[in-house]
Amino acid sequence: MIPLIACDDIWKIYRIGDVEVQALRGLSVTIEQGEFVAIMGASGSGKSTLMNILGCLDQPTKGQYQLGGVEVGRLQPDQLAEIRNQKIGFVFQSFNLIARTSALENAQLPLFYRGLSLKKQRALASAALERVGLSGREHHTPTQLSGGQQQRVAIARALVTSPSLLLADEPTGNLDTQSSHEIMTILEGLNRDGITIILVTHEVDIAAHAAREIVIKDGQILSDRATQGRSQ
Amino acid sequence: MATFVWLTIVTALRILQRNRLRAGLTMLGIIIGVGAVIAMVSIGEGAKQVVHEQIASMGANVIIIWPSAANVGGVRGAQGSAIKLTVADAMDLKRKIPVLTETGWSKRDVLQIVNAHRNWNSSVMGVSPSFISIRDWSFSRGGSFTQADMDSATLVALLGQTVVDELFDPGEEPIGAVIRIKNVPLRVIGVLSPKGQNTYGQDQDDVVLIPFTTAERKVFGTLFLGSVQGIYASTERAEDVPEAVEYIREVMRSRHRLRSGQPDDFTVRTQVEITQVQEGTSETLTVMLMIIASVSLFVGGIGIMNILLVSVTERTREIGVRMAVGAKRLHIMMQFLIEAMTLSVVGGCMGVIFGILAARLTTVIAGWPTIISGDTVVTAFGFSLVVGLFFGLYPANKAARLNPIEALRYE
Ligand SMILES: Nc1ncnc2c1ncn2[C@@H]1O[C@H](COP(=O)(O)OP(=O)(O)OP(=O)(O)O)[C@@H](O)[C@H]1O
Ligand SMILES: [Mg+2]
Repeated sequence: MIPLIACDDIWKIYRIGDVEVQALRGLSVTIEQGEFVAIMGASGSGKSTLMNILGCLDQPTKGQYQLGGVEVGRLQPDQLAEIRNQKIGFVFQSFNLIARTSALENAQLPLFYRGLSLKKQRALASAALERVGLSGREHHTPTQLSGGQQQRVAIARALVTSPSLLLADEPTGNLDTQSSHEIMTILEGLNRDGITIILVTHEVDIAAHAAREIVIKDGQILSDRATQGRSQ
Repeated sequence: MATFVWLTIVTALRILQRNRLRAGLTMLGIIIGVGAVIAMVSIGEGAKQVVHEQIASMGANVIIIWPSAANVGGVRGAQGSAIKLTVADAMDLKRKIPVLTETGWSKRDVLQIVNAHRNWNSSVMGVSPSFISIRDWSFSRGGSFTQADMDSATLVALLGQTVVDELFDPGEEPIGAVIRIKNVPLRVIGVLSPKGQNTYGQDQDDVVLIPFTTAERKVFGTLFLGSVQGIYASTERAEDVPEAVEYIREVMRSRHRLRSGQPDDFTVRTQVEITQVQEGTSETLTVMLMIIASVSLFVGGIGIMNILLVSVTERTREIGVRMAVGAKRLHIMMQFLIEAMTLSVVGGCMGVIFGILAARLTTVIAGWPTIISGDTVVTAFGFSLVVGLFFGLYPANKAARLNPIEALRYE
């Protein structure tokens, strides 16, 4: 079976004037469908850069990245948008909900770009909100929700399309311990249902929710191992 | 796609409502521009209709000859210069120019008209019967005087409706009544059908017509018999007018013994020319409004572009999120284009209302007729749509070209 993610010798080089920053330096990794991976590493080590490439928001400068057997490296912006819409869900550290817009409409957003009927959009978004424990809050706007609740809306938005891959870049970075725990419980549940999850975090106890832990240093993989915390 | 467009319009309206003041100020240019387009076209259409009615009522085949205002310095004596047009001129024109079907003449004075104990100052015109038919006057009561009345200078009069209203009680029979002008008794034999105001705003019904001979011999007391103030001529067909005008100038110059190089001592005007002057006035106004309209629409467009650029910057993160969840360039582009067009169309709607009000106000205040046609409204509306589309294009494109990562990272 082909792996969900296959990165081979990925480089990401930023050039600012004469200065060259090598954010990723020949990184290779394979992730199977259904895995729960935590990525750790020092600040500036290239975690977010890798996540952006895995999420098809960005493309590698060199190297090959196959998502579900499809080479992503040379696709056009609109084709990447299509893949993000069909296969990927994002959860960001800063929630990134659309302001003054209800939880339901925020959760609907990816479906909106699929051109589904409004009725279908609402039904699926309600179900997603229910799944993250927010039924009854459909019509609250972001400012009327706590940080943990906002992040749960963001997760609902990520899973509303039933993606095969959910990427979370420091999803608990802005949350207290209690809310962080709730978010991780939700992610664990989603992973049990078969969604592949890749999570960036600085906290060891958060990483412990994952089954596999990859540590990155200076744009390369320093270690890649199964965690003891939780077995598949 | 239909759902997408529909929901985007709803979102755009929501954003617009949220920033009501900002949107209102942005739309001001569009409102004024579209308003000016509507006012402009309806005033222009109104003026055009008046002109056409005027030509129809006066007759497109009417030619008017006036003594020229230009002074022929020193060639004639002081008295001679007063007699520039004569009855003989009019009769000679008719005789020598076959395309003229009729010539008529008139002489006018403002005098007091008395009926029993009422009086009224009005324009009294001594005219030939042919003048009445050339000017196409008809009668609501009674009828015209005849050549026989002319020959024997009968004491009869035809009254305009305004004069009747001023001198007679409502329901009182004017026909057969005897009125006095400068103490001369004149029997009323006809009442002219009302013509209303002319394009200069004069009441064409405030008039008394009497036979020319009666006027010069018995009422006005003219020094020089046979002098007239205006000669009217008509042709069978309107197409013959330019040719007739040429002949008239030739005959008149030879009758007045003007050497080549000397200017005409008369002016020949056709009805079409006279109304053109009027049309010219409204054209000036139309051009002015057109300039206002295009400047306003342009400024309005720039306003929309500006506000959209602000909006794109303010919502950079939102654009990033939308891209992250799968919005394609066209989606982002359309979102901002629809926002621009919503602004301009809402502005356009308000402009339509504003323009209709302005046109109505013009009618009420200046007394100019205005015509608001469905076509005008649709055109103005189309204009606002195009402005929104055109000026929305740049910001929309700018938004669509954002890099998703940079947009997401935007502070
Ligand atoms: N757009 C960019 N232009 C230039 N350099 C960049 C850009 N984005 C990232 N970098 C550089 O690439 C390197 C890796 O950045 P990245 O954001 O991936 O780090 P990170 O591991 O996510 O750090 P943190 O834990 O602080 O989020 C850093 O040195 C950063 O300065
Ligand atoms: Mg990072």
